[in-house]
Amino acid sequence: MNLFEYTRAASIAEAVTAASEPGAAYLAAGTNLIDLMKGGIATPSRLVDITRLPGLDRIEPQPDGSTRIGALVRNSDLARNAHVAKTYPMVAEALLAGASAQLRNAATTAGNLMQRTRCAYFYDPASPCNKREPGAGCQAIGGATRIHAVLGWSDRCIATHPSDLCVPLAALGALVEIEDAGGRRTVPIGDFHLLPGDHPERETVLEPGALVTAVILPPEAAAFAGHARYLKVRDRTSYAFATASAAAALTLDGGRIGAARLALGGVAPKPWRVAEAEDALSGASPDDAAFARAAAALVAGAKPSGPENAFKVELARRTVMRALALARAGTPTRMPALPASPFSHAAGAIHA
Amino acid sequence: MSIPLTLTVNGERRDLVLEDPRVTLLDALRERLHLTGSKKGCDRGQCGACTVLVDGRRVNACLALAVSLDGASVETVEGLAKGDALHPVQAAFIAHDGFQCGFCTPGQIMSAVGLIREMREAGEEIDVERVREGMSGNLCRCGAYAGITEAVVDAARADSASETREKAA
Repeated sequence: MNLFEYTRAASIAEAVTAASEPGAAYLAAGTNLIDLMKGGIATPSRLVDITRLPGLDRIEPQPDGSTRIGALVRNSDLARNAHVAKTYPMVAEALLAGASAQLRNAATTAGNLMQRTRCAYFYDPASPCNKREPGAGCQAIGGATRIHAVLGWSDRCIATHPSDLCVPLAALGALVEIEDAGGRRTVPIGDFHLLPGDHPERETVLEPGALVTAVILPPEAAAFAGHARYLKVRDRTSYAFATASAAAALTLDGGRIGAARLALGGVAPKPWRVAEAEDALSGASPDDAAFARAAAALVAGAKPSGPENAFKVELARRTVMRALALARAGTPTRMPALPASPFSHAAGAIHA
Repeated sequence: MSIPLTLTVNGERRDLVLEDPRVTLLDALRERLHLTGSKKGCDRGQCGACTVLVDGRRVNACLALAVSLDGASVETVEGLAKGDALHPVQAAFIAHDGFQCGFCTPGQIMSAVGLIREMREAGEEIDVERVREGMSGNLCRCGAYAGITEAVVDAARADSASETREKAA
């Protein structure tokens, strides 16, 4: 780990000023950043510790029906919050399907948005990587690509975004609240993460010094509480990143789908949401034929970024189908013992 | 650079001066305070051998900067037993043979203590599957998982029973 200056910020304004300095980075729990620093992947010259900033650790339901989640709310606190678990159950399920209990107790909401890819070549300083060093090349392309993207990748970068939380947040149209030198603004989460294109080193819309202060779930996100699931397919039952995951939420009205929300994780450089997929469900009968149309629309244009990930196109499609079937069956009254797992010992479990 | 830092470790106030902000909580405990019960396995947040409780919650001590935790209360495996009387989770690990080489054991035990508190707070049902899921951040390369799971389930049920008695009393 490189030596760095340490600054503990007392106010957001102080934090933004300190972090605007070239080479500075924000430190919250550090569960991803400290790991990256130990590997020599991140080498910040200054860490601006934001863990003492007041007011960012609250979950606040608003009078308009939205919910404001402070940037420093820990993953475990968000998942166990009664209002969140009841109103946005797939957010809680995704959180509890991610990482380990120790990491969830530390990791923050904004940190989850800001986490870096788990591409093994990105983590290996000996491998060229366009994210780490623009123009250096990409060793993942033509390499071991089982965990890489089948949607949204470019010939500069094929890495995926590893978040579980961001998948239901994307499906529910969350807003990311940002504070920088110019003041406060919100950005839809769908616009927050950037596709790699020619500049995979740019991963979000944040300019240097910009601080994520909250994530806001809009009023309409509360409509899906009764039929919302997150499903995560992974190489081991717990404590593993998604090979493919899906957040699916429906409103059902007289045997028809009213509104639908759908997003994919683990298969693209950002949570993958496509309007056509949700449109294919609105007004339709909630049957397998409609789910198949939606799943096909969501993975439209998918293309393997290497021979080892060709299976993920079909896996993603089937994961969406199954998440929709689980959502149709209804949100479970209790969180499953294995949140988001396709394996369940529960009677009546759907094995699509 | 000298950075003063105060931690409450196993109930005792400990003042430290770090010459460098890079010191993790794990290194502060092991190298500065000579509390070597918390183990350095992977040092990257993957194995759970360094698990301690910070302000009552289990975390990976290897991924936390000590300087950021100034003022925090830390519980380590050294603080569990009261004299010769083992903590119920320690006793359960012995009763169920929840280890082989023992390297992961302090982390397993601290994680179990944290899990049992979490289950108590959430009023969560105690079953084998939930315990396995709740302990998935602690790896055991000897593969003593069967005994570990039995020990944690037993200790969690005993805790739940004592809570019921407390409520009845």
